[in-house]
Amino acid sequence: MNLTLKHVTGGYGSRTVVDDVSFTLHPGEVVCLLGANGCGKTTLFKMILRLLRPRQGSVLLGGEEIAGWPRHRLAKSLAYVPQMHTPPFAFEVRDIVLMARAAHLAPFASPGKADRLIADEALESLGILHLASARYTEISGGERQLVLIARALAQQAKWLILDEPAASLDLGNQIKVLRAIGELAKSGLGVLMTTHVPDHAFLYASRVALMCEGRILSLDTPGVALTEATLCKAYGVSLRVVEVGSRSGIKMVVPNELCEEEYV
Amino acid sequence: MATLSSSSDTLKYRKPNALQGGRAFVLLALLLVLVALGSSVIGSYSLSSRDWWNVLTAPLESGTPGIVLLQIRLPRLLACILVGSGLALAGSSYQGLFNNPMVSPDILGASAGAGLGAAVGILFGFNIVAIQALSFAGGLLAVLLTWALASGLCRRGDPVLMLVLVGILIGSLFTALISLTKYLADPLNKLPVITFWLLGSFASITTKDVRLAIIPIAVGCIPLLLLRWRLNVLCMGEQEARTLGLNTGVLRFIVIVCATLITAASVSMCGMVGWIGLVVPHLARLVVGPNHKILLPTAAVMGGCFLLLVDDVARTVGALEIPVGVLTALIGAPFFLFLLMRERGSEA
Repeated sequence: MNLTLKHVTGGYGSRTVVDDVSFTLHPGEVVCLLGANGCGKTTLFKMILRLLRPRQGSVLLGGEEIAGWPRHRLAKSLAYVPQMHTPPFAFEVRDIVLMARAAHLAPFASPGKADRLIADEALESLGILHLASARYTEISGGERQLVLIARALAQQAKWLILDEPAASLDLGNQIKVLRAIGELAKSGLGVLMTTHVPDHAFLYASRVALMCEGRILSLDTPGVALTEATLCKAYGVSLRVVEVGSRSGIKMVVPNELCEEEYV
Repeated sequence: MATLSSSSDTLKYRKPNALQGGRAFVLLALLLVLVALGSSVIGSYSLSSRDWWNVLTAPLESGTPGIVLLQIRLPRLLACILVGSGLALAGSSYQGLFNNPMVSPDILGASAGAGLGAAVGILFGFNIVAIQALSFAGGLLAVLLTWALASGLCRRGDPVLMLVLVGILIGSLFTALISLTKYLADPLNKLPVITFWLLGSFASITTKDVRLAIIPIAVGCIPLLLLRWRLNVLCMGEQEARTLGLNTGVLRFIVIVCATLITAASVSMCGMVGWIGLVVPHLARLVVGPNHKILLPTAAVMGGCFLLLVDDVARTVGALEIPVGVLTALIGAPFFLFLLMRERGSEA
C-alpha cells in the first residue's frame, strides 16, 4: 500500500506552511523527514494523519484518497507514534498498548483476550514484555517511546508515522529505538519518521526527504539527498559531510569550522 | 504483523491486573449493601433488623416501623445511592474526557445551570415536576452554551482547556443569576425554600422524587458505562485519540450530554451536593487504577457508599439535620487537599 502525496498545500489561517509537496513512499522503506524548526514537518504530518485538512492537493493510500475515510479505517492503515509524553493518569503499560485496538473494536466493546495477546506480542517483539504491568508514568523515557511504538504495532497498520522517535533519548536508547524501527520496516511496514539528526538518516534511512520552507528540497537515498549544498540550505549554517572510518557509506555531518584543519 | 506471529506460540496469555480491580469492585459492592442496610435502621426513629424482617414478611401489619422504613428511609437510601453513584460516574467521565483529574460535574456549569432552573421554578411557585423540568433545561442550557462558546472560540489551541475556562465562566454567570433569583424571592416563604434546597438535602425525599430522577440518571449512566473503555483512549489527548481511530467529536458529545443529564437530575432532586464528582473518582483511582473499564463501576459503587455515610452523619449528629451539601463540602475539601498532598509526595 503506497503512501502518495499529490501537490499537498496547507497551513493555518492564511499562512501557508506546506507548499505543493508531492511524493510516493513504498512499504518496507524507512523514510526520514529532515528539516529545520518551522519548515513544515509537523504540519505535513498533520495533513497525512488527517488532523489538518490540506488547502489543496490530496493524500492517497493504495491509490485511494483518505479524505472521506472514517477514522477507524484510517487508523487501520496509518499508525501514529507521537513524541514520548506523560499522561496525567498512571495507566499500566498494557492498557496503553491496548488503546491501539480501538479501531478494531465495535463502539461499545472493550479489548478481549485476543486483543491482549496482540498487545503482549507487540511488547514482546520490542523486548519490553516485562514492562506490561508497570505504570507508564514510572518507566524511563526510552521505554515509554518503545511502548508507544508497541502500541502502533498493536494497531496492525501498514504504515508507521513517527514524530522524532529518537528525540530526548540517550545514545543507547536512540540506537535501540532506531534499530527496532529498521527491523519493522524489513518485515514489510512502511516507515515515515521525522528526525533532527542527519546522522540517523545516514545510518538507518533508505530514503531521505529534506524539507526547507514548506517544500521538499531533495528526496533520495541519504548519500544523494544529503549533500553539503542541500544541508547548508536547509539548516542555514555551514556544514560538512564527512566519511567515517574505513568503511565507505557511513557519513556524519559536522560543522564546517571544526573540520577545516583535518580534512581540507 | 508477519514477524510477530512466530512468537505467539511460545507466548502464554497472562492474566491482566484488571482481575484485582474486579475483586475490589465486588468487595465494595458488598460494602454498599451493608452500608445501605445499616443506614436504614439508624436515625431519629430507632429501628432494628427485626423491623426489616417484619416489614418483609407482613408489610401491612408492620405499623410505624414499616412506614418509617418504606416511606421515609427507603426513598432516602435510594436517592443517596442514585445521586452518589451518578455524580461519581459523571465526575470520572468528565475527568477522563478532559484528561484532567481536577475537574468535576460542576465544571461545565451544569450544577449552576440546573440550580438556576430550579430556583426560578420555586420563585414562580411551579409544581415539583415543572421545577425538575426547568432544572434539566437550565443544566443542559448551561452546558450547551459552554460547548458552543468554547468550540466557537477555539479554532486553534487546546480545546480541553478552553472548555474548562468557558465552563467556569458560564458557571459563575449562572450563580449570579441564582443570586438574583434569591434577591427577587419573597423573603418570608420563597427565599428559605430556595436557600435550603440549594444547600442540598435528602430530608424531604419521597418515593415520587426517586421515581422522577431514576429515569434520567439511568439514561445518563448506561451510555457512559457502555463507552467507558473508550474514555481511556480520550485520555491520550484529542489528536492522538483521533489517530487511534476514534471519532472524538461524537464521543465527547455523548459523554458530555450523559454526564450533564445525571448532574441535572441529581441537582433537581436534592439540590447542589458538591465534591462527590471530584473526590470519589480520585479515591476509586487509588483502589483500582486509572483504567476506566474498572474505574467507572468502582467509582459508582464508592459514590453510593460515600453519600450514604455522609447522609447518616447529616441526620444523626445533631438535634437538627445538617444540610448534606454542607457536609460533603466540609469533608470533601480537606480530603481533596490530602489527596493532592499525597500525590505530590509520591511524585517527589
